[in-house]
Amino acid sequence: MSAVAPARPTPRPSPLFAYVPALTGLATVVGFFVLMEVLIRAGVISRYIVPPPSEIIGSFYRVITEEHVFHRFLLTLGECLAAGVMITVFGVAGGVLMHRLKLLQQACETWVAAFAAAPVVLAYPLFMVIFGRSAWTIIMIGFVAALPPVILKTLEGMSGTRKVLVNVGRSFNLSASQQFWKIMFPAALPTIFVGIRLGLIFALINIVGVEFLINYGGLGQLINDLSERYDLAGTYAAICFVILVSVVFFMALEKAERWLRPGD
Amino acid sequence: MAETGRLTRAAPAAPLISPVTLLRAAIILGTLAVWEFLSHSGWLYRDVVPSLLAIGRALADLLSHGDYYFNLGVTAGEIGAALAIGGISGMVVGIVLGVNRFLAKAFEPYLYYLGPTPKIIFFPVMIMWFGVGPGSKIALGAISCFFPVALSVAAGMRGIDKVLIRVGKSFRLTTMQMVWKIYLPAMRHPLINGVRLGLGVALIGTLLAETKLSNKGIGFMIIQAYSVFDMPRMYAQLIMLFVLAIGANALIGRLGGLDKIKTR
Repeated sequence: MSAVAPARPTPRPSPLFAYVPALTGLATVVGFFVLMEVLIRAGVISRYIVPPPSEIIGSFYRVITEEHVFHRFLLTLGECLAAGVMITVFGVAGGVLMHRLKLLQQACETWVAAFAAAPVVLAYPLFMVIFGRSAWTIIMIGFVAALPPVILKTLEGMSGTRKVLVNVGRSFNLSASQQFWKIMFPAALPTIFVGIRLGLIFALINIVGVEFLINYGGLGQLINDLSERYDLAGTYAAICFVILVSVVFFMALEKAERWLRPGD
Repeated sequence: MAETGRLTRAAPAAPLISPVTLLRAAIILGTLAVWEFLSHSGWLYRDVVPSLLAIGRALADLLSHGDYYFNLGVTAGEIGAALAIGGISGMVVGIVLGVNRFLAKAFEPYLYYLGPTPKIIFFPVMIMWFGVGPGSKIALGAISCFFPVALSVAAGMRGIDKVLIRVGKSFRLTTMQMVWKIYLPAMRHPLINGVRLGLGVALIGTLLAETKLSNKGIGFMIIQAYSVFDMPRMYAQLIMLFVLAIGANALIGRLGGLDKIKTR
């Protein structure tokens, strides 16, 4: 045999082969749902605790049409964008300020880092006292919780500007503002985008969470509402929907970031 | 220690109080002064910005009662259990995904995108599964904690120097020996970092669940202070919570030697 087929080069994996892992993952997920369906129908798992997946899928349509899901989605998205604009403005400004004033950076950088690790969302009763049970409470929690990564990443980007670029600016005798707008800021922009993306993720998590907790606003409230009505299949469907929305949101942010910084 | 020694040698004529310390003190004192001024000015509702004296008194009152320590113990127990369950399962999954390329390709995308979704929305489901007691809080904390630990460990596994793995293989170590003698020591830093992230989100998950529905724990105490509108008490509890959370975070970082990596 070996004489007939001498040292054949290893076959290049066909493009179809590249999908095998992804398909395995998908098949496992589908298999899991089928297993649940079987177990629930067989009565091993109570259907009053976990409704059968088929019922959950069936209630998707009901939840979407009857619960104004699109309107809620826009509400949550609007809150996220408001928080996003605020973290971009204040976060980048804060980062630039701290980069300019070295003393301020030395004094406060560790504070900002510690604040990034603080469970800000747990202060939501405080925000409710200050802003009332309104969209502003939700937006402000998203803003405060998502601010530190933007400040820190802006600072990192500004400090990480390559010495060569700074020297080029100096050799062209740029003024301080030119040096900032033509050299420092563009060089820091990719890192700033990372910060804003992280910030938006934090903002979304906190915003949906607080909506659920204070029972106000968009998608988070939907889950609270359905669960308080003991609409079990509806609750599960709404949770799936919110997860889907957040995953799409993260993917879109990643795409946007890659599109904004095609260099690397 | 060597670091401190070097710093003092480099700046022998340092003033008694460095400008950074001075600025920090000025910022803290300034904030406190503005706060006190606002609380007496009558521009805001008096209860929203209580005087520092009232907060201090509430803090002393809080810490002198055994009640607080009981609730702190309950919450600490819940977070500990959540960290143990979520952390260990996350570690196992992370190691498996880190070792096996195929499984990583199949399942890691799900973990990656599910990781940052808001976990608190699972709370209604957790109540159905584990009841209204500590079980549902532990479950929520464990789910929150699982994702960062699993992703961090998987990334850490892939970052291990191949030589170390080959050494282990050439000594014919069993899988368990590989885990204990090669993998875990080699990826100590990503592991500790994962646990640190996990602790942060487990804390948030557990406490948020407590504010939503419970009859003991720190989260319950905070929401109770809110519902009777005892603002000084709520501020005192939030201050304690932030101090404990940031302290625990810093402690884990220091124990794992993470602060040393950053300065290097």
